Amino acid sequence: MAHIPDGILSAPVLIGGGLLAAGGVALAVRGLDDRAIPRTAILSAAFFAGSLIAVPMGPTSIHLLLSGLMGIMLGAGAFAAVLVALALQVLLFGFGGLTTLGVNTVNIALPGVLFGMALGPAICEARAPALRALLAGAVGALSVLGTGALVALSLALSGSEYTPVASVLVATYLPLALGEAFVTATIVAFLARVQPDALRPALP
Amino acid sequence: MILAPTDLRLRLAATSIAVACLSQLRSPAIAAAALAVALALWLASPARRHGHRLLHVEGFVLLLFLTLPFTVKGAPVFTIGPLAASAEGFARAALVALKMSAALLLVAALLGDLEPARLGGALRGLRVPEPVVRLFVLTARYVGLIRDEARRLREAMRVRAFRPRTDRHTWRSYGNLIGMLLVRALDRARRVEEAMACRGYDGRFPYAPLPAPLLRDWAGFALLAGGGILALAMDIA
Repeated sequence: MAHIPDGILSAPVLIGGGLLAAGGVALAVRGLDDRAIPRTAILSAAFFAGSLIAVPMGPTSIHLLLSGLMGIMLGAGAFAAVLVALALQVLLFGFGGLTTLGVNTVNIALPGVLFGMALGPAICEARAPALRALLAGAVGALSVLGTGALVALSLALSGSEYTPVASVLVATYLPLALGEAFVTATIVAFLARVQPDALRPALP
Repeated sequence: MILAPTDLRLRLAATSIAVACLSQLRSPAIAAAALAVALALWLASPARRHGHRLLHVEGFVLLLFLTLPFTVKGAPVFTIGPLAASAEGFARAALVALKMSAALLLVAALLGDLEPARLGGALRGLRVPEPVVRLFVLTARYVGLIRDEARRLREAMRVRAFRPRTDRHTWRSYGNLIGMLLVRALDRARRVEEAMACRGYDGRFPYAPLPAPLLRDWAGFALLAGGGILALAMDIA
């Protein structure tokens, strides 16, 4: 859904995205001690498996991004988790792109990390399940729309002939944002009941 | 594959260089030649068996192909109401399609048969930071396992008459499924971490130094990377 393939973006956008992604991953790695790496890796594998589920949406179906949830559960570590997941998608399915790894990592991880880290503490503190579900849904929907905006920005910065597509692109993310909001809210409600510690990025 | 270097470091580097070069081509003729080469490599590679995987096209890419003829200014070919499709626009859409397909086939041909969980040594050899490599091999190792777990959970839902639809019940059911996957993943992570600690894990995976690449590896590297750079140089000239 948000995977820009090779051959579309201009060199400055690819290089800029690569540098931003490297910065994000450096930030992620600094926060990962040796004990946190198996947790991040295996959670990342679970997010990967979750995003392969096709969720029906009207006549078509969508794949969840789960980036907002990754921001809540992994914090800045989501940059590294998204990079690894995207690299695996290229190697396993030939899906996505090699040169666009950096841009795609930023497009998917950055909104998730920002919204997840901004609203994550409030989600952990929330006493009322309705409030928690609302906040979690907001993280899911906003992360998806943020990704849509960044994909549009990557296209618009690459060439003026892409601008018309870029300007309508965010609208195509609305169904995904809706599904993502409901699913994220359910997952957070489930985790809050079953294993509340999981909703914090750090180990206890 | 005769051309691909057997040394994984060189194969990853050569593929990246070649794809980076061809993603920046501007001439449709050279892009078409690149596609022909990529197709030939792909047909000669074992990845050919998984051809159906390559048919996937992202929604916004389709949108791009549909709009490019109308958004690039040039000699009009036909008009629909106020919109004029230009020859330059069609050329632009064709160029993007050629480059995208060439990159896709090249990646499938050269990297399609790698086992991600065994790439650790090669990635270390390419100076990828150690924690990222560790994260990559562990994720690669557990993706298959957790996908199997997800498949079993979905089968369990299906035999209980669950039918995915566009409604809140479906979203809630899938949310619970993914939540369960995450809970099990956390459990598994704790067990894996303990098992690693028991076996004297000191924060590093021991990777034996890889043998130096052979001459034929360097030859394959030079052909692939050089081919990409040559195409780009001819394009700019």
